[in-house]
Amino acid sequence: MSENQTNSDKIVAIPLKHPWRWVSAALIVLFLALFIYSLVASPNVNHDIISQFLFNPKIIQAAGLTVLLTVISMTIGAALATLLAIMKLSANPVLKMVATAYIGFFRGTPLLLQIVFWGYLGIIYPTLGLGVPFTDIVWFSAPTSAVLTSTVAGVIALSMNEAAYAAEIVRAGILSVDDGQTEAAKSLGMSNGYTLRRIVLPQAMRVIIPPMGNEFISMLKNTSLLQVLAVMELYARTSQISAQNLAQVELLVVAGFWYLVMTSILSWPQSYLERKYGRGFSATSERKRWLSMGSKASA
Amino acid sequence: MIPMLEAKGVQKRFGSNHVLKGIDLTIQAGQVLCLLGPSGSGKSTFLRCINHLEVINAGRISVDGELMGFRQHGDKLYEMKPSAIAAQRGEIGMVFQRFNLFPNLTAIENIIEAPVGIKKINKNQAIERAKELLASVGLSDKADHYPSQLSGGQQQRVAIARALAMDPKLMLFDEPTSALDPELVGDVLEVMRNLAKSGMTMIVVTHEIGFAREVADQVVFMDDGLVVESGTPAEVIDNPRNARTKAFIESVL
Repeated sequence: MSENQTNSDKIVAIPLKHPWRWVSAALIVLFLALFIYSLVASPNVNHDIISQFLFNPKIIQAAGLTVLLTVISMTIGAALATLLAIMKLSANPVLKMVATAYIGFFRGTPLLLQIVFWGYLGIIYPTLGLGVPFTDIVWFSAPTSAVLTSTVAGVIALSMNEAAYAAEIVRAGILSVDDGQTEAAKSLGMSNGYTLRRIVLPQAMRVIIPPMGNEFISMLKNTSLLQVLAVMELYARTSQISAQNLAQVELLVVAGFWYLVMTSILSWPQSYLERKYGRGFSATSERKRWLSMGSKASA
Repeated sequence: MIPMLEAKGVQKRFGSNHVLKGIDLTIQAGQVLCLLGPSGSGKSTFLRCINHLEVINAGRISVDGELMGFRQHGDKLYEMKPSAIAAQRGEIGMVFQRFNLFPNLTAIENIIEAPVGIKKINKNQAIERAKELLASVGLSDKADHYPSQLSGGQQQRVAIARALAMDPKLMLFDEPTSALDPELVGDVLEVMRNLAKSGMTMIVVTHEIGFAREVADQVVFMDDGLVVESGTPAEVIDNPRNARTKAFIESVL
């Protein structure tokens, strides 16, 4: 008995080894290195043109416009999405139907088509104005082309399309919050609006943020479609330049580089927000352990 | 004297399911009423009707002389606006079987949310009061813990403190110990016992016969949407007259 005791004191627990994790990681790094080498060594890619345009002020400015378009469209889209989600969850059948129809329409037609449509809006409505319908009372009126510049049309198209997708994300987030939370809030005398704002939405955020991060990145890339409206964002600018110097591939590399830089930077706030809204929910530690290479990281 | 709670002919239907078939109850201020009965008898539904979480189909419920959820005009009752109902609910505390603490807020944040956000009480004052309440439920050291870091019994005691922070006239407990591990039940019952001693009016839906016998001023046995028997614990628990009450008490003891 006492011998057993001393033996068990000496036992060293060796964690399970994960050799395939290392092998797969090494393989992937190797392929990546080969690919980069093939690009760098290729005689068909003119590296001077790439470095000439990489930090060109026109390119940087266009990238700035891309970020601006993304942030504005995303903000409007998310606000509209929250409204649509609440409409779809409401007890009012008309609101519910309108929200469902909106989502169906904007998800059901190509984004490119919607962008071009907004660009052509001036043809259907030559003037935009504010007044009382079927009377002569008009407070304000202006030609559509003056109000709806190509940039404005582009932002409207992107935000309205985004709202349709994000509405389902927000709705899923709201539905993920237990009914008991709403009941507890009501029993404490909280109004419906207060409950939504202070209790339900903050908890829903935990579920909403990861797919919204995806949406943000999609949006950043989708701004390139505004090229068809001649909005001088990053892709439009690079294709404009390559149309003159015929260095198409080189300018695609330049554009790709900046898209990558921007999507990488935009991913940072996501992990911050996930931490912020994940407070009090303790499911992350288990996931981290599973993803770690060794078993030490679990501590 | 105006009773703290007066229910008359309360009926509730969920579709074709007639859950409450006319409940009459009266509780004076400072009294503790325990609602016993088999599951499906309508006890929890009745409790939820009191603070208008469920809307009654017939009858009336008054709390401290004020009709709950409705205004009377002539011989008709009109449902109140949500804001007026919310104000009425703020005066009635409720404790749930599944605690329903807000998981994204710490214990103390759970307690001050409604007083600061709804009653517009100064935040520092609310924090002081919350600390007193946490001390009274024996959880002074858990103020900054999130619900996920607390045991079920501790969560339920925070939930009681959260309800008390609104200074309710009446406290409703919906099977407060049913979701707890047996060894955690005692702490929660102790808090409720102290609350009863302090003079709080309480309605408790429970299966804890021992607690009912010791603390209740009035015990009501419900079955199939009706009050079958009511009286003192000595009458209803120890000498039940109705056969259904007798069978139920025997099955849970």
